[in-house]
Amino acid sequence: MTVNLLGLSRDVYKGLPTTLCAGCGHNSITNHLIKALYEYGVAPHLLAKMSGIGCSSKTPAYFVEQAHGFNGVHGRMPSAATGAKLANRELLVLGISGDGDTASIGLGQYAHMVRRNVDCVYIVENNGVYGLTKGQFSATADTGSTLKNGTPNEYSTIDICGLAIELGATFVARSFSGDGKQLVPLLQAAFAHRGTSILDIVSPCVTFNDHQGSTKSYAYVKDHEIAINAPDFIRPREEITVDYEPGTVQEITLEDGSRVMLRKVDRDYDATSRIGALSMIHETREKGEFVTGLLFADTGVPDLSEREKLVQKPLKDLKEDELRISRGDWDALFTS
Amino acid sequence: MQQRVTNDFTIRVATVNGSGSQSSNLVLTNAIFRLGIPVAPKNVFPSNIEGLPTWFDVRISSKGYQCRTRDVDLLVALNPATWRTDIAGVKAGGAVIYETSYPIAGESQRDDVTYYAVPFNELAKANFSDGALRKYLLNMIYVGVVGELLGISEEDVEAAIASQFKRKAKAAATNVEAARVGYTYARENLKKTDRFALERVTGKTDGLSFMDGNRAAALGCIMGGCTVAAWYPITPSSSLCENFIALADKYRVDAQTGERRVAIVQAEDELAAIGMVLGAGWAGARAMTSTSGPGISLMAEWAGYGYYAEVPAVIFDVQRAGPSTGLPTRTMQGDVSFAYTLSHGDTKHIVLLPATVQEAYTMAMDAFDLADRFQTPVFVLSDLDLGMNPWMTSALPYPRRPFDRGKVLREKDLNKLEKWGRYRDVDNDGVPYRTLPGTNHAKAGYFTRGTGHDEEARYSEMPDVWQRNLDRLVKKHETARTAVPQPLVEGHGNAIAILAYGTTHHAVIEARDILEHRGIETDYMRVRALPFSPDISAFVARHERVYVVEQNRDGQLFGLLRVELPDHLISRIHSIRHYNGVPIDAHAIVDPLLQAEREPAVIAE
Repeated sequence: MTVNLLGLSRDVYKGLPTTLCAGCGHNSITNHLIKALYEYGVAPHLLAKMSGIGCSSKTPAYFVEQAHGFNGVHGRMPSAATGAKLANRELLVLGISGDGDTASIGLGQYAHMVRRNVDCVYIVENNGVYGLTKGQFSATADTGSTLKNGTPNEYSTIDICGLAIELGATFVARSFSGDGKQLVPLLQAAFAHRGTSILDIVSPCVTFNDHQGSTKSYAYVKDHEIAINAPDFIRPREEITVDYEPGTVQEITLEDGSRVMLRKVDRDYDATSRIGALSMIHETREKGEFVTGLLFADTGVPDLSEREKLVQKPLKDLKEDELRISRGDWDALFTS
Repeated sequence: MQQRVTNDFTIRVATVNGSGSQSSNLVLTNAIFRLGIPVAPKNVFPSNIEGLPTWFDVRISSKGYQCRTRDVDLLVALNPATWRTDIAGVKAGGAVIYETSYPIAGESQRDDVTYYAVPFNELAKANFSDGALRKYLLNMIYVGVVGELLGISEEDVEAAIASQFKRKAKAAATNVEAARVGYTYARENLKKTDRFALERVTGKTDGLSFMDGNRAAALGCIMGGCTVAAWYPITPSSSLCENFIALADKYRVDAQTGERRVAIVQAEDELAAIGMVLGAGWAGARAMTSTSGPGISLMAEWAGYGYYAEVPAVIFDVQRAGPSTGLPTRTMQGDVSFAYTLSHGDTKHIVLLPATVQEAYTMAMDAFDLADRFQTPVFVLSDLDLGMNPWMTSALPYPRRPFDRGKVLREKDLNKLEKWGRYRDVDNDGVPYRTLPGTNHAKAGYFTRGTGHDEEARYSEMPDVWQRNLDRLVKKHETARTAVPQPLVEGHGNAIAILAYGTTHHAVIEARDILEHRGIETDYMRVRALPFSPDISAFVARHERVYVVEQNRDGQLFGLLRVELPDHLISRIHSIRHYNGVPIDAHAIVDPLLQAEREPAVIAE
């Protein structure tokens, strides 16, 4: 039987059968996640699967059934993820959200999670539409795209990646649900990154948003996606055997010593430049294109637990003698 | 000559907010307390940083009454804007110390009070060259004047100043100088003709010191093992978390490494604050947030999640006057029924109702134990009066019990179990078992959700599964009835009783004494938590009439009692309500109760 670094089979990383529509992009993401978690060797008991409300937020039930899951309230997963990580900094907190959950009802919490640099992986399964309530626009719907009934979106769109970079995010990537080759290494790089890792994954809704007027349909995305870099993720415990051409590869070292290698496919792209990343997002958007890949990363920013100087031992495990004021200090409080 | 009044009167200091009068008010309070006389300070302040009127009442009570009184005996008038109404509020036979320039004419001219004109502005100008400090030091001058007139020694005032300005020797010296200006002026220029005096006594304040309820609650959080706090600033609760931060900085930091055994986050709003608390509680940390009414409103959705997904959380609600923004700096017991059923659908929470500084401390610790034991949000409903006013209190007791972390299955427990269900009622008390993320066992994980779920935490929309779970939650609530702090009863065998909760307690104490003088003896039950203890209906059953006293317009606890008491007892309870934003006083109880006793039919509900 094939096993990973922890000696666990791939089946351990599977979950319950999906209840989403057949062909849903979210299911593809789930499968890539299973692969990424298995290959990376995430210990199931240290994985905390967090989500809000919506189609995307159901997906934590569909992978790593052994792990603890927390399906919270709409748009408020970032706060729950923050609390869970503070309580136990050993957890790999993996949040799965959607475009409605993140860009509309949860925009405030999303913004503040990013600016606190809470150490978590935050995936937005972005289809530009409200699926569960049967097809209303979300705030990531592109200006000019239409609903099934022909209603056009006249409002400006919220770019989840651009916003995150503006807010000080330390890891921002965009991918496409159908591109496992790009997505799996991006996910693994996100697991390794200490701080908030934003993954905006365009995930077509086959039921409500896969028609000609939508800019997030399979056909539209496949025609307009441009891959700026194809990162290969390498665990430090393995020999580096990636096939890359000198001079075309950019190396980013993550906090745990592991590294992401950026392969520049179409053009020379510097993922360490905040301004460059924003320019890229705006320029490609103007051309009606999606830029995918690791758009921005800064590995030198302390995460929330570091900023708060938390003890290494999980706060949840601290005992009376570590938390209470000593008897002597207590008596002094009332005699001064 | 009027009869001398010793150690039983109230001083009101009327000043302008932002003038720094709080320090001098506390110095006066402490100086009187140093004479061994019980005092109860009440700060009635505006929602404003600078410029609006503010009042500080120092109730001096040889019997130790700690509630507000509406009688003002000695007024210190330092606010021209409220001068006329302030003087109208002085009881006949009272005295007024006022700034010389205020006009004595019309309404402000009374022949039943004693006037002491003091040129505060001139004295401040003549003695203090620093213009910015002058406004502030003017307040300390009044302390000297009051001290001289009432017979507080300069040494006691200086000692009170020293304790107020600990570690700030220079500030203390300047303030002592200001107080002396007041003493000197009063000694040389004022002839005492009022009837009020202070005399040193013994045996009334032994072992007592001042503390406000928010600090006591913060101490309870430290001693109760809280490791995650998330909050959004809001009056009157901010000082609870600020005290927690200060205590954590002192007692939760490793001296060598600087590592902290606590995480405190100022959240972007109250929705995020409660979300962080629930996330932390789910992951196994003891977590709390503190807020007031508007924050509670925002927390409603998450509160229902915590109830239904069964996640421990502690929520301090330091109540203020609502609805809406209301009176942010005034008090109310306004969130009782709202907090009890906070959220949509079938929701009922555990609510603790502290009345004293001691309880603000002990119930904070109780709240963490109850939240873990019942795996649910626990609300602690303090109020502005308890939270922000200093109260005399004895030393808080060192906790004797270890934490009660409730039913948590660890690796070794799971090894012994063939299977377990997160929401299965194994012990027939409605309280299931849980595991924490990070538990290294293949069977530990489960999926926490606010959607319908069965005993194994699996998604379910089945009618019987849904109803069975709601019924178990009710059973858990029933179990909590006797696990929460039980009511306290005073008096026995009387036909008439008073039932109250929270800070209303202090007015009930005085009201019962007054009623006794009027020939009406009462029994008294103080409710300390929701859900109601079975003792409550037994208490109502033992009395002909029970007056439920509370500080809100609609009789919130009265309403809850009417829902939960057996039908035949409902007609025995009557409602007395106080809701003007300032803390309830004894007469707000005595007057309506006496009227009802004369004409019971009038207020029968």
